Amino acid sequence: MYDAPNPTETAVTQTDIKISARNVQVHYGDVHAIKDVNVDIPEKTVTAFIGPSGCGKSTFLRCLNRMNDTIDICRVTGDILIDGDNIYDKKVDPVQLRAKVGMVFQKPNPFPKSIYDNIAYGPRIHGLARSKSDLDDIVERALRRGAIWNEVKDRLQSPGTGLSGGQQQRLCIARAIATEPEVLLMDEPCSALDPIATAQIEELIDELRQEYSLVIVTHSMQQAARVSQKTAFFHLGNLVEYGETARIFTNPEDKRTESYITGRIG
Amino acid sequence: MTDATANPVAGPRKGKSLTDPDARTKKRNAAEKRFRAYGLTAVCIGLVFLVVLVTAILSNGVGAFQQTFITVPVELVEEKLDKTGNRDPADLRKVSTFGYNPLIQQAVLARVQALGIDTPLADAGDMKNIISASAAAQVRDAVLADPSLIGQIVEFRFLASSRVDGYLKDRVKRADVSRDKNISVEQLDLVDDLRDAGVVAKGFNADFIFGADASESRAEQAGIGVAMVGSFFMMLVVLLLSLPIGVAASIYLEEFAPKNRWTDLIEVNISNLAAVPSIVFGILGLAAFIQFMHLPQSAPLVGGLVLTLMTLPTIIISTRASLKSVPPSIRDAALGVGASKMQSVFHHVLPLAMPGILTGTIIGLAQALGETAPLLLIGMMGYIATNYPDGVASGFLDPNSAMPAQIFEWAKRADPAYYERAWGGIIILLVFLLTMNIIAILLRRRFERRW
Repeated sequence: MYDAPNPTETAVTQTDIKISARNVQVHYGDVHAIKDVNVDIPEKTVTAFIGPSGCGKSTFLRCLNRMNDTIDICRVTGDILIDGDNIYDKKVDPVQLRAKVGMVFQKPNPFPKSIYDNIAYGPRIHGLARSKSDLDDIVERALRRGAIWNEVKDRLQSPGTGLSGGQQQRLCIARAIATEPEVLLMDEPCSALDPIATAQIEELIDELRQEYSLVIVTHSMQQAARVSQKTAFFHLGNLVEYGETARIFTNPEDKRTESYITGRIG
Repeated sequence: MTDATANPVAGPRKGKSLTDPDARTKKRNAAEKRFRAYGLTAVCIGLVFLVVLVTAILSNGVGAFQQTFITVPVELVEEKLDKTGNRDPADLRKVSTFGYNPLIQQAVLARVQALGIDTPLADAGDMKNIISASAAAQVRDAVLADPSLIGQIVEFRFLASSRVDGYLKDRVKRADVSRDKNISVEQLDLVDDLRDAGVVAKGFNADFIFGADASESRAEQAGIGVAMVGSFFMMLVVLLLSLPIGVAASIYLEEFAPKNRWTDLIEVNISNLAAVPSIVFGILGLAAFIQFMHLPQSAPLVGGLVLTLMTLPTIIISTRASLKSVPPSIRDAALGVGASKMQSVFHHVLPLAMPGILTGTIIGLAQALGETAPLLLIGMMGYIATNYPDGVASGFLDPNSAMPAQIFEWAKRADPAYYERAWGGIIILLVFLLTMNIIAILLRRRFERRW
């Protein structure tokens, strides 16, 4: 089993650690879904989680903003620290946490409201805007950073569900950005999109790296190789290997990682 | 690795032409055709029943919306109505309806003589009997409302008696009259003559829709209006109680409650409650609301409470179903941007579930509107001899009936004229139910949004 953090991996210590997980275990009822995961996720980096279906990468991602709380039978133990605060502390309000750790889902899920309201919803409930013009600015900024402003600026009041799949996903990313999070979690954000939309999203992810710490779950190893700087390989609930993306794909230490990236398992 | 071509499995169609269906395919196609035929037959049978039902209701009930009226000028003789001559309302009230009957008799006699109709009826009282017994009260009410009418000749439009009405509607036949002590052939002859003279005529019967119920002997006067008001107040109680309680319970159970043995038990019980016969709710209401809580008998408030108990499971089940049908991705999206559980439910889930909730509620209300059995037990049944309630409070608390109960009451009365009223009442009830269903459809269209 991988023991984090490895002091020889200089890259990890170069930037600040944003999220660190220690001895994280997740149980769904009797199923042990995540087994003793330790990982340090650096700031302003794209970290990719790869692994075969059902290996626990999405489960672990959802632990990072406590989305698993909504599942009754899900039990999480261990510590996950964001900026040194344990997010599973009793005093932490998951609602505040989720404003700080935004999330983009596998299937684009805009609210059945106007494009404007989709973006404005988060800032509204968190009280980020003082006035209408303030809110307009926030919406415009979020849409610009979501690289979708030019396509929707003339129809902000039309429904968000009327956009194409790729546009919807960028809208969802813009919506997540609008609440000014520090971490952005993405759960297979491109799995429902065509290659062109995927390329646009990947480009966007690369830009967002300047300001946010991104964690992305993906089934596509090419995507992980393209967009991420760090890669973690999960298998059967274990974090098998974690390190620089380039190294994981060219020189994996573990046999299971090698088998997976060469297409022999998974 | 195996080579699929190396070990061919002998399929059923191996070597046969595609244009020549094999026995298996023919059998399958035949089965499908048979099933379609069954389905079509079932739909046709259903349609036939619907047509029969609608025709029966319309042909039997339309008559209730028409009524025979007899228009006669009545001289309101001062010596009979106001002996003192000072128009004192207290004195005017002392003259009962019996005091008015002679005036009406005189009026009919004068009208018959003026028209030169030759009738073997010797007694003016026999002539007057073609007019409803309610006529005297009608004249008295007019006089009490406006004492200045005394001394004048005023034209009144009286209801014809139910036999005369039936005669004009072909319900009462001349052949049957010999055994009927309420009407004679001579009276029918008189009616024929008066009809030719335009004194007796059929007209639209607004009183049937807006009037109050009448006694057994005055079928022509009975209306469903007061029962309609009773139903209205009951529905108000049902709506005000069952919608908030039902929706709150469903939201809690569906979105907030932990899934454990207790919530499972509650869920099973709610489903079972929906299947409990309505008469059971009636007896529960009798025991709980009337005998234990001492709420007034026969009151729409109690009826509404009982129907609320009955409607709640329907509303909870349909609300939960529509909450369930909201895709979880919407909840995730809301939680993902940092909305609280309650915000995600009230800002996103509830608006999307709204069409389903409203439809379920209106269907539940429509069901409650047509419910009769529980009303039997709490006394909202029978001849309610009051007119319209004189305020909101008395609307809730005074004895009243409800539309289906009124229909049942009419259907069990002896006079065949009431039979017609019962069918007419069904038409009005169906119009209400249809309207509610149309509202449900419109609301669904209005609130429905795609995601």
